[in-house]
Amino acid sequence: MTETHSGLTVAGRSRRNLLGTLAGGCLPFALPPLWGKQRQQRGAQRPTSLILVWLAGGASQLESWDPHPGTAAGGETQAIPTRIPDLLISDLYPQVAEQIDALSVIRSLVSSEGDHERATYFVKTGYRPVPALKHPAVGATLARMLPEDAVAIPRHISLGNSPWPARGGFLGPASAAFKVYAPGRSIPNMRAPVRGARQDRRLENLQILSREFRQGRQGQVAATQHQEMVARALRMMDSEQLQAFEIKEESRGLRDRYGDTDFGRGCLVARRLVERGVRAVEVTLGGFDSHVNNFAVHRERAGVLDPAFATLIGDLRDRDLLDSTLVLCIGEFGRTPSINPLEGRDHWPTGFSCLVGGGGLRAGLVIGQTDPEGKQKQPRDPIHVPDLYATLLQRLGLDPRHEVVSPIGRPIRLSEGEPIARLLGTS
Amino acid sequence: MSACAWLVILGTAPYEGTVIDRVFAERVESMAAVLRWFLPLAVIQTVVLLVVWATWRPFLLQRSGDGRVDVQPSFQMSDTVAKVNRLFETRWAQSGLVPASQAPQLQILRRLSLALYGRVPALEEIRRFEADRAPDRLARWVAGMLRDRRFPEYFAERLARSYVGVDGGDFVVYRRDRFVEWLTEALAENRPYDEMVREMIANRGLWTGSPSTNFITAALVMGELEEEKLAGRVFRALLGQRADCAQCHDHPFSDWKQSQFEGVAAFFGQTRLSLGVFDRTEVDGQPVEFEVLDQESGKQRQVVPRVPFHDEWLPASGTRRARLAAWVTHPDQRRFDRAIVNRVWGLVFGKPYLQPVDDLPDPAEQATEDLLDILAVDFRDRGRDLRQLILAMVLSRPFLLDSQHSADQAPAEKVVSAASDGEVDRLLDEWAVFPLTRLRPEQVIGAMLQASSVRTIDRRSHLIVRTMRLLRESDFLQEYGDLGEDELELHPGTIPQALLRMNGELSNALSQASQFSSAGRVLAVSTDDENVVENCFLLCLTRSPSAELKAVFVEQLRGQNPEQRKEIIEDLVWSLFNSEPFAWNH
Repeated sequence: MTETHSGLTVAGRSRRNLLGTLAGGCLPFALPPLWGKQRQQRGAQRPTSLILVWLAGGASQLESWDPHPGTAAGGETQAIPTRIPDLLISDLYPQVAEQIDALSVIRSLVSSEGDHERATYFVKTGYRPVPALKHPAVGATLARMLPEDAVAIPRHISLGNSPWPARGGFLGPASAAFKVYAPGRSIPNMRAPVRGARQDRRLENLQILSREFRQGRQGQVAATQHQEMVARALRMMDSEQLQAFEIKEESRGLRDRYGDTDFGRGCLVARRLVERGVRAVEVTLGGFDSHVNNFAVHRERAGVLDPAFATLIGDLRDRDLLDSTLVLCIGEFGRTPSINPLEGRDHWPTGFSCLVGGGGLRAGLVIGQTDPEGKQKQPRDPIHVPDLYATLLQRLGLDPRHEVVSPIGRPIRLSEGEPIARLLGTS
Repeated sequence: MSACAWLVILGTAPYEGTVIDRVFAERVESMAAVLRWFLPLAVIQTVVLLVVWATWRPFLLQRSGDGRVDVQPSFQMSDTVAKVNRLFETRWAQSGLVPASQAPQLQILRRLSLALYGRVPALEEIRRFEADRAPDRLARWVAGMLRDRRFPEYFAERLARSYVGVDGGDFVVYRRDRFVEWLTEALAENRPYDEMVREMIANRGLWTGSPSTNFITAALVMGELEEEKLAGRVFRALLGQRADCAQCHDHPFSDWKQSQFEGVAAFFGQTRLSLGVFDRTEVDGQPVEFEVLDQESGKQRQVVPRVPFHDEWLPASGTRRARLAAWVTHPDQRRFDRAIVNRVWGLVFGKPYLQPVDDLPDPAEQATEDLLDILAVDFRDRGRDLRQLILAMVLSRPFLLDSQHSADQAPAEKVVSAASDGEVDRLLDEWAVFPLTRLRPEQVIGAMLQASSVRTIDRRSHLIVRTMRLLRESDFLQEYGDLGEDELELHPGTIPQALLRMNGELSNALSQASQFSSAGRVLAVSTDDENVVENCFLLCLTRSPSAELKAVFVEQLRGQNPEQRKEIIEDLVWSLFNSEPFAWNH
């Protein structure tokens, strides 16, 4: 019989291997909690994390990091000087202007995706959407590929309300971002509905039921990992690391500087999470899709983004966390230099901006240039999004050319881009 | 009174402008004061009547019809089931494996309910099943379940995912809900599967009036039809081949070439969208051709429609789509039958026969005696009847085996010995034991909601209950993480899912001893402590507890005051919801 069939094969591995892999994944929780020590670690010795500030809807580069004041393209937006010599950014971001010397600016990002969903997929994964495969977001890759440490809370977290949160793709839903929609408030499903003796009785009942069910099903039940998931959930519920999600213990002044908004609280929580060893945090601020009333929209959004982001950078610097925390502030595309009849700007994927820095990357660089008149489509010195991710992966000690075998058996590189030598400080 | 008002308003309309109208108008003016309150009242009364009718209609129907699973008097075992059984028995003998014994009948009923309705059996269904002592009980029940409305309502969504995905798409031109309705009706009428597929591929018309065309409009992105996306769906969902890797380059591992993929995409090249889906062979005197952007040259390249093999199956005439549809569903197109057999096996067992579900090995030259071919040939011979296919699957031995096996024991609790581990692998590979598979999100919520009600939740259920179900379902699915098109791929569970089951609002609400929950129901219908424990198990796990387990939980209840008893039952129900037997199909 020529037919071959795989029975219980997951991603090309037999069940036995799968057991081994998952058992390996559970091991850190058997170790004594190391996070206490880790918490004390500062500076470049700490394992590096990534904070991705996601500007959903496509923030206008002309109203943020790449203004062209006095031109038809620039519209009414004015520019202000920053701590990076010769760099001017939009006057909507005075606080960021004070902190921007910790980062570099790329003004020449190019992508070929103009649709929100496709562009979000592209910018979050570094791959264009294809039907055969679901690529993982870069945060999922990080959380999965970087060495294990004793962190009971998930290592890939998404804060805020994103229409397309970072997904695990073919790495599986376990690598997907753990979603917290209202950061700074309590997380849903984290508190048991009953306490003390009743909770004990419930868990005892579970053990009894599981023991009975395992009869004649030892191997199969072990492969379900059901009890392990329950145990991990309980550990997480009891973990002190959950405190990372609470912001009450931060000073009033600091909380005010971040801003009393979901996004502001999210940035504060993000800092607390990376302090506790979470590897990848995504904080989303939406509402940038300004097809109508572009200037009013961006003025309002900047009111939220400016204090929160600037305070985040300042906070990371003050706590000596910036050297071990990569920060990327990006959206799915930029906006057109031309202003439409509704005083808005439309989608513009060829020549948009981002801020990137921390984690030992070079600061103070300004890469690329867009046409001030807004006539030229292609910017000068174009940077492709995969190159950006290759840079981050390299900085994190991962080889972007490393291949992971996807479920269809096809090897996929972590990134198809080439690291940007200038940012790495190796050129 | 309201009828009169409507008659007055409607009946006089044609007479506008005539003498009669003027006379009438004079009369009306004199009654103006009366009419001023008369007409609004009539409107309100009509509305109230309609609402009351809609709310009470389920109760009226319930009284008039039994509405329960309609069981057929007798059913004959087909040759196919015998062939399938022989196949497996030979394989087991050859591998030296002893298959598991037959599963308890109630467990089989649970599997059927989860596979066909997406939920667990209601307590009343369990009672009636147990009371049914006539021969061929299982066969009759399956036949009845397949004729029940709940089957197409559940199964249509499962199949729809592979045809159109789960995204909402462009609401203006794509109506997923209408598509699923159409598919539901088609399944309810048990229309031949190939007929349904031909309509999906080739139909013309508006996506609302001709809902099968949503298969096409689902592939619209920013107003442009993505022919490659449709070709990908045809290959994967209908032919069980992941040829869409060949979209960008020749497939490295199998024989699909880029040109073959493009050739199929070209069949959608003349499809246009304008007040409906239709095909256009020329525009301004120029023939319409399918073009792709050549990756290497950077230029547009014309592609002629071509099928990758057996082009003699292509009819000579018809629109391109109609010709492709005929080719895909040709009686000799074994890939077509094997693909649906594998997918339905996956939906019934929880795990496809071959993984991945939509990338099957090439069929052998002649239909061999392998499982897919046995079922595929039978499927084709019976006119591509999906119900017969499901019947054949669930009445053959692999579906009836227990998930327990004497070889799957461990000498000590902690250590699983290498020998037994290998044996369990082999048992699973050969389907000699029923596999444990994780319940999908909609099955979890379906099971929890049904377990919180003694009566069956279906169209006859009270409007309120059904509404609650709908609302809770979508919230829960979102939190739990709907796997979308990939729901048949094996994924390990996640911590957020465990947290949701343990601490979530829904599971909390359903385990509390209130009127709308399991614990509440159990308290209401049970006579004594033993009965309470028994009913909890039946509601949640579709079986009675073993004597030892029953003793343990009865002991918990002994001598407790009513408040404490309530808590103990709530805790028991919570534990049942969070146990392996609940969350895993076995």
